[in-house]
Amino acid sequence: MADAIQRASFEILGREDFSEVTYSLVIHHPMMARAAKPGQFVIVMSHESGERIPLTIADFDRKNGTITLVVQAVGKTTKEMQQACKVGTTLYALVGPMGVPSPVGAAKKVVCVGGGLGVAPIFPQARGFKEHGAYVIGVLGFRTEKLIFWQDKFKACCDELILCTDDGSAGIKGFVSNGIELAISRHRDIEEVVAIGPPLMMKACAETTRPHAIKTIVSLNPIMVDGTGMCGGCRVKLGDQVKFACVDGPDFDAHKVDFSDLMMRLRRYAEEEKAALHRWSENCRMKDVVGSVASDPPSPAQIPPDLMRELLELPDAYDEVPGG
Amino acid sequence: MAKNKKRTIRTIPQERTPMPEQPAHERVKNFAEVACGFSAESALREAERCLLCPEQPCVAGCPVGINIPGFIRKLGEKDFRGAYDTLTDTNLLPAICGRVCPQESQCEGVCIVGDSLEPVAIGRLERWVGDTAIAEGWVNIPYIEPNGFKIGIIGSGPAGVACAADMAKAGCEVVVYEAFHQPGGVLRYGIPDFRLPNAVIDAEVNNLSKLGVKFECNTLVGRLFTIEQMIDEMDFDAVFIGTGAGYPTMLGIPGDSLNGVLSANELLTRCNLMRAKEFPSYDTPMPIARRVAVIGAGNTAMDAMRVCLRLGAEKVYCIYRRSRTECPARAEEVHHAEQEGVEFHWLTNPVAVLDDGSGGVRGMRCIRMELGEPDDSGRRRPVPVPGSEHDFETDLVVFAIGTNANPIIGQTSKLRLNKRGYIEADDNLATSMAGVFAGGDIVTGAATVIEAMGAGRKAAGSIKNYLRIRDCSRDYGSEKSLGVGMHFGLGLGEQNFARVRVA
Repeated sequence: MADAIQRASFEILGREDFSEVTYSLVIHHPMMARAAKPGQFVIVMSHESGERIPLTIADFDRKNGTITLVVQAVGKTTKEMQQACKVGTTLYALVGPMGVPSPVGAAKKVVCVGGGLGVAPIFPQARGFKEHGAYVIGVLGFRTEKLIFWQDKFKACCDELILCTDDGSAGIKGFVSNGIELAISRHRDIEEVVAIGPPLMMKACAETTRPHAIKTIVSLNPIMVDGTGMCGGCRVKLGDQVKFACVDGPDFDAHKVDFSDLMMRLRRYAEEEKAALHRWSENCRMKDVVGSVASDPPSPAQIPPDLMRELLELPDAYDEVPGG
Repeated sequence: MAKNKKRTIRTIPQERTPMPEQPAHERVKNFAEVACGFSAESALREAERCLLCPEQPCVAGCPVGINIPGFIRKLGEKDFRGAYDTLTDTNLLPAICGRVCPQESQCEGVCIVGDSLEPVAIGRLERWVGDTAIAEGWVNIPYIEPNGFKIGIIGSGPAGVACAADMAKAGCEVVVYEAFHQPGGVLRYGIPDFRLPNAVIDAEVNNLSKLGVKFECNTLVGRLFTIEQMIDEMDFDAVFIGTGAGYPTMLGIPGDSLNGVLSANELLTRCNLMRAKEFPSYDTPMPIARRVAVIGAGNTAMDAMRVCLRLGAEKVYCIYRRSRTECPARAEEVHHAEQEGVEFHWLTNPVAVLDDGSGGVRGMRCIRMELGEPDDSGRRRPVPVPGSEHDFETDLVVFAIGTNANPIIGQTSKLRLNKRGYIEADDNLATSMAGVFAGGDIVTGAATVIEAMGAGRKAAGSIKNYLRIRDCSRDYGSEKSLGVGMHFGLGLGEQNFARVRVA
């Protein structure tokens, strides 16, 4: 690369690990912290030969000049980032905020639904609605109690919070769609539902609200390259229209989204992704072996092989069951 | 060279000097450049073919008005540095333009030698001078007197860099914003290495940096900050928008959202910018397809087809609804694609992409076309032949059927757009907002690299006018005509003025 070109450094100032696969990164970018609005996303490249991955902005702090991303380690890039992105390191590229901000001004009573990884990106929307004086009902879905994060942050901005776990270990037993039904049964005047999570979950949310004719918005996260409306890889079907999630979205009317098309398109590079992940974890294992021979002290960030095997067997994000 | 003897069409070398090329069967296996470039001997011989005619139609034929006979004369005199200096008076990116300009419809298309013989290979000579400068490390950094003005350029593609170069030379502080992680715009993500190596882009961008131009990547103007903010809060005195027309046109036929259907933009960005061709060393994937059908026959389509061949495709079809005569690609690109084994299907239009039952592509249904009456573009309109449907077996469908305006600037500013979403600009490329200029594809719709560069330079001229920076290409009128309006011997028209901003 041309050496005269100035390279901004996107320093990681904070990190929190919510579970073995979910972690948050707090990144220094005062300009973006100032510009970011609920519903927007960024594209990240962790290193020079990395791929560009879209991640929804989970929080932004204008005072401290930071944005927060929550990442789920499901593929090669996100697992590699889990190892490499420590406090004090920098990301190679970070561009955004991208996408049309979610309108959070109008509705008076809303349900904000987050399932699994969708819990993080729904947070700025819930807070945005609250700041605009709406009555906010939070519905959060996790697989089990152990995986719950940010409950306090949501409590601070939600008038009601409904927790759902698949196994009933916390809150109600069931999926977020059960949580939405509960909210609807308690409140007849819900104006809007915003749902973020795996496609299957968002589809279930759309089907839950459809009979009640409640306006429902989902945030879509298809495969992207540039994020600026140039490649068309992120095209989604809305009825008979084709839209680009990066510049026309990422928020769309859930009752119009063709979810089966979305899920099919998310699998475009499934084979390559699987191969890349396999190759990478083989390499990690090799490093582990070499490391133990050289009797280096084990680094805490290194994942032991048996855990890695367990992680590899996890379903990918798009396969996730409703409710996270 | 016999300086005193006047050259005539009879005395110059009759044959055009051939360009050494990688043989087709070898080059389809690599991404190295197809045209290897002239040697010094070839360049000198070709330079002798220029009549140095007084009419100079080539200069008028060049969108940026390069003094073509001037640089060829210096080249012929073996004053290579002088040739480079002449070129860079008007064009700071000769190594790029020499490679990607459609010379046959510009300078070479109007060359007088071309009336009776093959025209002078101006593009190849320009490239040779540009490459020589890179190899020798020549940079022309003029003495620049800072004038205190700050110019923001949005987009580091050809329009943006051309404007940036002119404004930097005029003494302005120039910042170029780019959304991608590397500068160059379409030169970087669109044009493949075998036509324009990355090293050439790096070298030319570096030259701009040496002029003082700052490149800021990872910056999405409109979303990170708006154009209004640039003018009102970030102290930019003028802004140039060159964001291009990259929004791909969809096929709009059944099956076009299948997983094996993608835009040429996506294919090229994955392979060029993201280096998917080096997967898995680079993380971005681009699956190799055995049979590829590319729809369209412009330069982008040619690039897409030739990239697919190099990625290992066995069969690459070009599907185009008009005939070869109407094909918009550079003649050389079509010729190269043909040599490399692309199978052209003229007068063929896709009607449906056929699915393989699991979300992928099994084939494409096409219909034959025939040419009817001329349409708005003056080209004969293709009309379908009833009952001529036929199927192609293919695993990947790439569409390169045109692009639309990028919507981001329109979404985030109050700039006036036309009904197709392009930015409205007057003859001076000024937009509806004071101090904001736009040029290139975002104003005209998809065009060529050099046309975008021409627009960038034209906008630079307008910005100089707007800021009242002395522009040596402008006639300010004689002292007499200005008479009373003189201050210390300077006409009022050429003085800088302090802008007062009212909130």
